This record gives sequence, C-alpha cells and structure tokens, in this order.
Amino acid sequence: MNITVNITEQTEDQVRVAIAGEIDAFTAPKLREKLDPISTKDPITLIADLSQVNYMDSTGIGVFVGLFKGIKANGGHLQLVGLSDRLKRLFDITGLADIMDINPEVKGGVE
Amino acid sequence: MDFREKMDEKFIGVLTDFMQSQSEESLYAAQQFSRLALEHKIPPEEIVNLQKSAMQELMPDLPPEVWHSFDILLEVMTAYGFAFREYQSLIDTQKEFKNEMEIASSVQETLLGTSVPTIDGLEIGALSVPAKQMNGDYFHFVHDGDHSVNVAIADVIGKGIPAALCMSMIKYAMDSLPEYRKDPSAVLGSLNRVVEQNVDDSMFITMFYGMYELKNHMLHFSSAGHEPGFFYSKQLDEFLDLEARGLLLGVDKDTTYKRYEQQVEIGDMIILMSDGVTECRTDEGFIERETLVSFINNYIDLPPQEIVNKIFRDLEKLQHFQLRDDFTLIIMKRVK
Repeated sequence: MNITVNITEQTEDQVRVAIAGEIDAFTAPKLREKLDPISTKDPITLIADLSQVNYMDSTGIGVFVGLFKGIKANGGHLQLVGLSDRLKRLFDITGLADIMDINPEVKGGVE
Repeated sequence: MDFREKMDEKFIGVLTDFMQSQSEESLYAAQQFSRLALEHKIPPEEIVNLQKSAMQELMPDLPPEVWHSFDILLEVMTAYGFAFREYQSLIDTQKEFKNEMEIASSVQETLLGTSVPTIDGLEIGALSVPAKQMNGDYFHFVHDGDHSVNVAIADVIGKGIPAALCMSMIKYAMDSLPEYRKDPSAVLGSLNRVVEQNVDDSMFITMFYGMYELKNHMLHFSSAGHEPGFFYSKQLDEFLDLEARGLLLGVDKDTTYKRYEQQVEIGDMIILMSDGVTECRTDEGFIERETLVSFINNYIDLPPQEIVNKIFRDLEKLQHFQLRDDFTLIIMKRVK
C-alpha cells in the first residue's frame, strides 16, 4: 500500500499533480500533507491526475472534499482528471460529481 | 517469597550450575530467570550487579581488573535501564487506553443501541460489525405505530474514535427531529445542516433514510451520498439498484435531498448496506455488487436475519476473517 504524489507542472496560478497508487486510511494523511500546502495558496487551479490511482476508499473522498472546500474558499478551482470507472462511481454515488469538476479524460497531458 | 528477595540466591544457583555443566537445562533455567526478572520489572543494570556479586562470592580471587570491568558494564547498561523503565510506563499507559477504549465502545453501544422492530408482515434482518473497536457505521429503526417503520443507515467517512463520536451526534440530532421523521428528504436536509456546522472539514457522513408505509407498502427514501441499496422484485426475480442521488452530509449547507418512492409487493426485499460490504477487498480484488447479489441469491428463501448473518460469514471468510471496514447489512422483506 503506497502512494506517490508528483507535481508535474507548476505556474503561478496553476498546479498539476499526478497521484499514483492507493488512497486509503493509511496513505490519506500523506496525500493531505502534500496537497494541503498547495490549496492554501492564493487563488489557484489545482489539477489532480488520478489515472494511476488503482484504489480509493471513502477516506480518499474525504481528502478531496477537504481540498475542494479549501481551494474554493480561497477563490481557486479544483479539477480531477483521469478517473477510472470505479473512482468515477465513488464520486457519482456521493453526489460529489454534481458539485465538483470531474473529468475522466486527461486533457493536455504533459508526460 | 517474593522473587526480588530470593533473586540473588536463584541467580547464583543458575550460574553455578552452568559453570559446572554448560548444559541445555541450565541455559533454559537462565531463560526462565530472565522471564521472571522481566515480569518483576528488574532493570538490566541490576542483573549486571547480580552477576558481579555472584562472581565475588564464587570466585573472590579474580584480579581487580575483572571487577572494574563489571563497573563499566554497569555504567553502560544504565541507559538501557532507563529505556526499559520508559517502556514499562508506556505499557501501563497503553493498558489504560485500552481500558478506556473498552468503556467507550460499550458506552457507544448503549448510546447507539437500536432494536430491530417486530412487525406483522414485514421481516427485518440487520447486522452491524465494526472492523476496529468502535463502529463508524450506524443503523437505526423507528417504528411509528401502525403508520410506518423508519430506517436509517449511515457511514462516517473517517474511522475509529472520531467517527464513532460523530455517529453519536447524528443519533441525537435524529432523535430531536421527530416531527419530520416521516419525510426522508427533510430528515437528511436537517441532518446536513447539523453536520455542516459541527463537524471537522474532512469528516463526512453518508446516509440512507427510508420510511416504509405499512398501510400501502410504499417505501419513501432519500440518500445523502450513500452506497445504493438493492430492491429485489419477486415478480421479476431481479435485483435492481435502489438508486437515489444526493450529496454527502456536511459538504454544503444548502443542499436539498430528493425523495424517491418504491412500491413493495409480497416477496419483495429492500437491501441496505454500508460501503464496507461492497468495498470488501479480497485477494482477487473487490467484491462486485453482482457478487453480493449472487450471495443473497444463494440464501434467498431464508428469513432476512439468517441471510444477513450468512452473508457476513461469507464475506468475512473471503477477507480471511480480517474486516477492513465496518460492515452493516439490513434486509427488509414483505411477507404478506
């Protein structure tokens, strides 16, 4: 059970992170630790690429809702991209897909 | 006699024996001695002291350098002695925590206690098992006379003690709104405001709330981001998703919840669960919803409580008896 979080692109008002591995109760604190500093900056667009996330449980949902609220409170925007069907379903069931910017496609991907 | 008092004598015995025989038995005696010493919290430097005085008694003519060497060993072991005492006090603290956890979990059981109502014509089976000591899942039944049975099933995102405490809050919030409890969308709307105001930013709750009208056998329900249940139609012999859309409790205070309806005929079943049931991880991956349906199908002619118990046992076996998430399953079956 492991997770990696890499910042793949960073400009003044946009940060792109690639998350890989599993997001569960064990890895969520690590994920939060990496992402929280980004979310508390000035209005920012954070794009989180989840295409390499092979498992996420409800704890992971908690991380992204916290992030979503934090970024929104600062006037920024959170976008989740590259979600597998399983992940997409989690956001659908929890009703979060209706209020968050979720896109299964990875657009403008930077290798 | 206390171990401490006869410790010197015992140690000399073990030592003499080993010096003479170097046998396995005397080594074993030494092991037993160290077990007893640990039990009586004898620090390591005291053992060195034992060795020194035993040697002084057994071989008093050794050169003074040997005795000096013991003093050095004593000095070096003192730090280990401190570490040992620290470890002892940690063990004691841990024991206290464990006791408190046990008390907390029984308080939780009392606080969240709900009984499964006995209703003519509607059989109900329910089971909730925590993965750890405290349960982050919750279910609750309220039987409103001849009018209806209300059922709530909820899961706190986040586990352990904070989640459990949060559940107690929800239960009390629910108890304080009896006037709405017949309207699932109003119940969720009102709980959403409570959770939004009171709970930490990264803690959320999913909840399904249903009101089963006993006269016309209509289930009214709303969901706040909860894992969809199943509706088994006897006539179609099919399991359908009990689909209801709604946002998690505690994210947005202005959210409203839509109310859905499902007519229930004789032989039909309403199956509600926490995500611990569908997110059950096994060696081969996850349990799919279809797998769960096939499990239920295996036992479909049994009374609901037996179906629930058997499914729990099956899922537990698949996870090698190590639950990863709290498990809650409720089955309601109209029998007449």
